[in-house]
Amino acid sequence: MKVKKSIIYILLSVWAVVVLFPFYWMVLTSFKSYASYAGERIPKFYATHPTFENYRSAFTAVPLAKYFGNTLIFTLATTALMVLVIIFAAYAFARIDFRGRNLMFVLCLALMMIPNELVIITNFVTITDLGMRNTFMGLILPSVTSVFYIYLLKQNFEQVPDELYYAAKVDGTSEFKYLFKVMVPICRPTIITVIILKVIECWNSYVWPRLITDDPNFFLVSNGIQEIRENGFGRDNIPAMMAAVVAVSVPLIILFLIFRKKIMAGVSREGIKG
Amino acid sequence: MSSKKSLSGVNSTANEVRGWLYLLPALLFLAAFMIYPLIDVFIYSFEEGYNSASQTSFGMGLYNYMYILRDPYFLKAVKNTFILVIITVPISTGLSLLIALGLNSIKALKNLYQTIFFLPYVTNTLAVGLVFMILFQKTPYTDGLVNLIIGKFGVSPIDFIDGPYWAKMMVLCIYVIWIVMPFKILILTSALASVPDVYYQSAKIDGTSSWRVFWRITLPMISPMIVYLVITGFIGAFKAYSDAVAIFGINLNAAGMNTIVGYVYDMLYGDGGGYPSYASAAAIVLFAIVLTITVINLMVSSKATDNT
Amino acid sequence: MNVKIEKLTKVFPSRDKKGSEVRAVDNFNLEIPDGKLVCLLGPSGCGKSTLLYMICGLESPTEGKIFFGDTDVTDIPSEKRGVGLVFQNYALYPHLTVRQNIKFPLENFKGDAKLSKEEMEKRALEAAKLVQIDGLMDRKPGQMSGGQQQRVAIARALVKMPKVLLMDEPLSNLDARLRLQTREEIRRIQRETGITTIFVTHDQEEAMSISDMIVVMKDGVFHQAGKPQDVYDDPVNKFVANFLGTPAINNFEGRVKDGGLYIGDERVLDVKGVGDKDVWVGIRPEGFEVSSDGKLTCELTGVDVMGRDISVVCKNKASDAVIRAIISAENDVDPKSTNVRFNVKPHKTYLFDKNTEERISFT
Repeated sequence: MKVKKSIIYILLSVWAVVVLFPFYWMVLTSFKSYASYAGERIPKFYATHPTFENYRSAFTAVPLAKYFGNTLIFTLATTALMVLVIIFAAYAFARIDFRGRNLMFVLCLALMMIPNELVIITNFVTITDLGMRNTFMGLILPSVTSVFYIYLLKQNFEQVPDELYYAAKVDGTSEFKYLFKVMVPICRPTIITVIILKVIECWNSYVWPRLITDDPNFFLVSNGIQEIRENGFGRDNIPAMMAAVVAVSVPLIILFLIFRKKIMAGVSREGIKG
Repeated sequence: MSSKKSLSGVNSTANEVRGWLYLLPALLFLAAFMIYPLIDVFIYSFEEGYNSASQTSFGMGLYNYMYILRDPYFLKAVKNTFILVIITVPISTGLSLLIALGLNSIKALKNLYQTIFFLPYVTNTLAVGLVFMILFQKTPYTDGLVNLIIGKFGVSPIDFIDGPYWAKMMVLCIYVIWIVMPFKILILTSALASVPDVYYQSAKIDGTSSWRVFWRITLPMISPMIVYLVITGFIGAFKAYSDAVAIFGINLNAAGMNTIVGYVYDMLYGDGGGYPSYASAAAIVLFAIVLTITVINLMVSSKATDNT
Repeated sequence: MNVKIEKLTKVFPSRDKKGSEVRAVDNFNLEIPDGKLVCLLGPSGCGKSTLLYMICGLESPTEGKIFFGDTDVTDIPSEKRGVGLVFQNYALYPHLTVRQNIKFPLENFKGDAKLSKEEMEKRALEAAKLVQIDGLMDRKPGQMSGGQQQRVAIARALVKMPKVLLMDEPLSNLDARLRLQTREEIRRIQRETGITTIFVTHDQEEAMSISDMIVVMKDGVFHQAGKPQDVYDDPVNKFVANFLGTPAINNFEGRVKDGGLYIGDERVLDVKGVGDKDVWVGIRPEGFEVSSDGKLTCELTGVDVMGRDISVVCKNKASDAVIRAIISAENDVDPKSTNVRFNVKPHKTYLFDKNTEERISFT
């Protein structure tokens, strides 16, 4: 029994090392000076002369701060818009009885199965035709829709007992007040989960921003990283590159560590949808 | 009174208007960026000689499909994608199951391990891909860490990033597996945790061996989740793209490591881009492949579960 | 405020294309006197909740009218009717404290009715005191017992001083002990406030014990209304007789011939003023007297001694199920004997028409 337990722990620890090692390596490398990195024919597992120089050059040699700002704007705007849109849609599906509701809902469910790759082509053409390449509008608008989150929130809204609505109605509560003072606070956990998942998605999005922006002034961090890799620093300044990578990764890791339970619960719920 | 009965009588005309009004923003977004594009992509794929500048085409036909099916870059991309799928899906699913089983059988440090294992899910694919690149890369200055390690076993240094095809494919597979594992581990761990204890207790009373418990109780109970993971794994792996970009750079055709999705984007935009018709045809071929594989998967798995 | 209901009908359209429409409430007439506690009583799905929801304005009637006093409120929206509503599952807002829950209805007041913050606070506290939860004002509903939550719900319904208080099975989610306690509480609050209260329940014991008046309904149709004891003693038909009373009334197939009531071959009672015909006979459990020369012979299956009373369980060919007779413990019934003989009390015996199941009176 003891032996079996030890084997399990060893196995799990091996995988933990596999997962953590790239993180360790990028942090480590980011603190090595360019000279010492280039001089290590055999890479060292520690930094002899740790330096913040790479972080300085990451934010000065390439406009990393600009990329951060862009990503922040993009993430916040997209998420805020999405939350508003899905709250209204989920409420309509869950609480308002109107003709065509079920048909629309089935249609939405069907849309969940459509891969993004299929619609991105036309969206690219649409945004280009509208002259919205290299604009935040062009970045944000097609990223707002999230059918799955409408579905998730609708399920949650439906769990709120009808009686709460009747009680509010008898007391003369307006529909709007009921939605934002009762439904939204009660379903806050789900809404927070949706927000976090969307933030992660936005922060990491690469394909759409890559298609729709070629002006570095509108690059997001993913595109920024790619740009750095292709043109920035000089291809060989790996430590500076790693400093940029660390800077890009840290916000999400912090977010994850704060909302660990919510994120994992949200993602596993996403898994159950199938 | 059944609680699900809606109040049909109250302000029903107002309900009609309000319902659509609340739904309107979502509908606008969906119509503009999902439904219309969905129809449009089919039209594009049949429009021959479409010119995005003049927005004219010669006529409708299958030429776009013929073109991409004869395009060596596309065929290479299909080959790469299939290899990637066939290698990563079984390995990542099996490995995840192993780790989830391990996680489920321990108490101490379980949360810590779970947190660590989930980390890749929240990282930027492009950013961490760079780390993988430098770990595997062989440069004039250094052979890279991985080469040093395998060198200890007497293997001569290999250029994983710019070298032989199999080496590049291996790096890509490793990275893809590393990226997809967190989701699978999480799903399988919660699936395993949801198997009611009573089954294990009664099996224990009956003196069932742990091997038998796994095959006869655990596996059947979580098989729906495994099926789900395999299917979504296939779908996800068929759509691999940014992982490849992260490691090999934007010009995947030059690296010989393009994927189907990469081909779509390259056709749309990028070096030699500007052909939405070819891109559409390729996207629809991809969709057809994914759909076929999913249907086959579902058929196989329903047969398999019927037999147990 | 007295409430009058005239020819009220609610038809629900069928959910699917083939199903038929449902008449949840059918041509209902009722007058509820001011300041009384009235129970709408009937089996599940009898339309009593629908009726309540129509009075409250959450459902609009297909036909008919509702009056509060002299005002026709049929087309007045719910929030303008001045009603308070209490639900079975309390329907408290889980994210708000007790105080916020009670104040919630007051915050909706508009225009001249708008209250100052202090006024709201004062009224919330008054309502809380009335239901005796003023010590729990800052708790969340999740931290309270079911009984306490229901008190909060009542306070929330009362705080806006409704003309009519409506309660939809308010005790059904509580366990037996709390149910008794809370129903006394509701009785007390109703007496203290004097608000006309309409209480929906399927529990006849509950209805009998607290109400000034009960209204028995079934399948959306009005059956009988009156003081609980009057309805119990004088049911208009077989359904009402069966629905009220624990243990339930005993049913027999009987026959009236030559001024006598026959159950099987035995003439058990003299009945005058009834023509010869087959009838349903209902005898209350307390309508039996054990007697060695009793006229109704039953096959004894068991005797339960319950202290003050004895419950005699027996069978008769003419009865559909077991017969349960409650007699005083002073009687002596030998559990080992095979038969038991009863005399039946005429005022505890009811005759019903075999087809219409309407009551047939006799002297």
